[in-house]
Amino acid sequence: MSTVLEQPRVQQPVNYLNANYGWKSWLLTHDHKRIALLYMFSITAFFFVGGFFALMMRLELLTPPGDLVSSDTYNKLFTMHGIIMVFFFLVPSIPAVLGNFLLPIMIGARDLAFPRINLLSWYIYMLGGVFTMWAVVSGGVDTGWTFYPPFSTSYSQTHVILAALGIFVSGFSSILTGLNFIVTVHKMRAPGMTWMRLPLFVWGHYATAIIQVLGTPVIAITLVLLGFERVLHAGIFDPALGGDPVLFQHLFWFYSHPAVYIMILPGMAVVSEVVPCFSRKRIFGYEFIAFSSLAIAVLGFLVWGHHLFVAGESMYSAMIFSFLSFAVAVPSSVKVFNWTATMYQGSISYETPMLYAFGFIGLFTIGGLTGIVLATMGLDVHLTDTYFVIAHFHYVMVGGMVMAYMAGIHFWWPKISGRMYPENWGRFSALLVFVGFNLTFFPQFILGYLGMPRRYHAYAPEFQVLNVLSSAGASVLGVGYVLPMIYLTWSWFRGPIAPPNPWDARGLEWEKSPSPPPTFNFIERPIVTEEAYNYARPAEVPVGG
Amino acid sequence: MADSPVTIEHGGMGPDNSLQEQFDNSEQQYETSTLGMWAFLLTEIMFFGGMFGAYTVYRFKFPEAFASTSHWMDLLLGTVNTAVLICSSFTMAMAVRASQMGKKKALIWFLIFTLILGGVFLFIKGVEYHEKYVEHHIPGPSFQYEEAAYAHTAQILFFLYFAMTGLHAIHMIVGVGLLTTLIIMAAKNRFNANYFTPVENIGLYWHFVDIVWIFLFPLLYLIGRHA
Repeated sequence: MSTVLEQPRVQQPVNYLNANYGWKSWLLTHDHKRIALLYMFSITAFFFVGGFFALMMRLELLTPPGDLVSSDTYNKLFTMHGIIMVFFFLVPSIPAVLGNFLLPIMIGARDLAFPRINLLSWYIYMLGGVFTMWAVVSGGVDTGWTFYPPFSTSYSQTHVILAALGIFVSGFSSILTGLNFIVTVHKMRAPGMTWMRLPLFVWGHYATAIIQVLGTPVIAITLVLLGFERVLHAGIFDPALGGDPVLFQHLFWFYSHPAVYIMILPGMAVVSEVVPCFSRKRIFGYEFIAFSSLAIAVLGFLVWGHHLFVAGESMYSAMIFSFLSFAVAVPSSVKVFNWTATMYQGSISYETPMLYAFGFIGLFTIGGLTGIVLATMGLDVHLTDTYFVIAHFHYVMVGGMVMAYMAGIHFWWPKISGRMYPENWGRFSALLVFVGFNLTFFPQFILGYLGMPRRYHAYAPEFQVLNVLSSAGASVLGVGYVLPMIYLTWSWFRGPIAPPNPWDARGLEWEKSPSPPPTFNFIERPIVTEEAYNYARPAEVPVGG
Repeated sequence: MADSPVTIEHGGMGPDNSLQEQFDNSEQQYETSTLGMWAFLLTEIMFFGGMFGAYTVYRFKFPEAFASTSHWMDLLLGTVNTAVLICSSFTMAMAVRASQMGKKKALIWFLIFTLILGGVFLFIKGVEYHEKYVEHHIPGPSFQYEEAAYAHTAQILFFLYFAMTGLHAIHMIVGVGLLTTLIIMAAKNRFNANYFTPVENIGLYWHFVDIVWIFLFPLLYLIGRHA
């Protein structure tokens, strides 16, 4: 299907990449597409830093005794892995890279509503990253990414305030991105682009943006309180002085549970674009998918208490939180059923993005269903703080979000770079990622069920076989992530020139905008006359493509 | 929180070239800026909301200690400050009105009044903080409380007092900076009857900060006083 134009490289038309050169044209750009690339390089760097910590942990866990690193070092490893992956990779990953690049094009706008705020958000993100990396190189943090007091306020001897400051600062970048998206979707749509004609990618990002705007400030203020408490010891979270440590957990999870929807809704948004394209069908149940995103955003704010089942929460509030956590599975499964129904009787082809999308659907389903297990109060008592939780979380975040990110990067790579990536290498690494991922994390479900606690660098000898399997899988997974780095870099410079619409996809970014798009995205202002995903008609060719 | 979308988005371009490249017309630009400001205020509500949540929890947990600490609040200064802020909201509203009608002189004067009232508020707040310092009511190693029964819990409540009024004061300081910018822009003829978005949006911000105080004042100073 990928009909690659065999053109010699002569006289590329002016696009956002060759419009001007020099570091200033990048570091001071207002172009959402260039800012997306700035984000892409930054989060990739953070991904490999966070991945390094994971690698060290898996090496330690090859053998039952704690022999490679000390227990203190191990505490720092999982803390820094969590902080960097959650706040500096997963939260900005799809929204700040693909959302930034595509959202204005998909709705037919020249840019986001506030281009300078968009650039500011990248600088804020980098400033937060500097603080966090500073905390890393000056010795790390050992509290876990959850910063639970009183350990984090009274006992930890590590750089808690510096790391918390990094998260606090980077939170504002997330808020500004969300704010920009909300206003852009409301006010910048092209003529004819009604709400019910929006691509589901936009709906997913709109729902994400609501959570970013409403949730992130709460973690910001919580971390401020935590930092002052660490300095002043006034006792606000310290039970010895009359304070309530569970209050911190409430405030923390009030953001951090919705935050996992910040980390999965954009992934669902990508899959909703990829599945119809490679099934050659209009998406099944458009309205249900659109509104299920909003439902997840709303319900997601009401389930945080399921993190506190064993933290002294009252039985009745635990029951309500448990019920609401079950309820949030409904809109999630609506999406899974609709993607499956879209594929039914579709003309499916197996390009790299679709392989990743398959991976997403399967792994997200496992991650989601084990979430139901954990939302069950009785079972949660058994499984809390075991590897079962780790496996569940990584099935959703790595099996879900990272898979979707890879799907999206490959799907829109021709649009972003103007070049094709090597399809067979793409398929091969998608397969590696899938196999490596399952090998890494499926054994952890079993380990957790058998009772292996998380956050220890040593474990009982009978767990060794499953841990070795997991570490072996992690190395396969690592290769699966390094390979795309190599061939995408190659493609950026040497890949065959991509046509405007290599996948024969529908949507403004494919049919109205060349590859790569010009600075203001369109040669002619697009006018929308139909609903999204009209795969029944032949694709249009963009002006200037 | 120092940057509101408005100040960044309107670099102070004149009325004729104030339309930015991503917009089709100035009406779209105006609506976009205003919606952006409202969305920003939503995040602000949640930002303060976290602390109001903590306040609620501790108020239910330690009602007696709370009654005790509220007697240490300076009711007179708090009341004066409330009046000052309400007056500043009025002058701010008049400034927005003046800018919509294109009255430059009135705009500048109302902005200056607002600025002065904001400064008065901050000064009085500083006097109150000084009182707390003298009384050793600032949380930390030097904290002392008169009633031994509430020695620990009172510190938590003063911690919340300083966190909430302190965050509010930071917002006031940012607001004073924004007002100064507006005055300079107005003096340079940046606004007219067709272009007044920054005045209006900073007005929204100012009213928001006032409203936060309208909640803080009764919660910290008034209720619990008669218990």
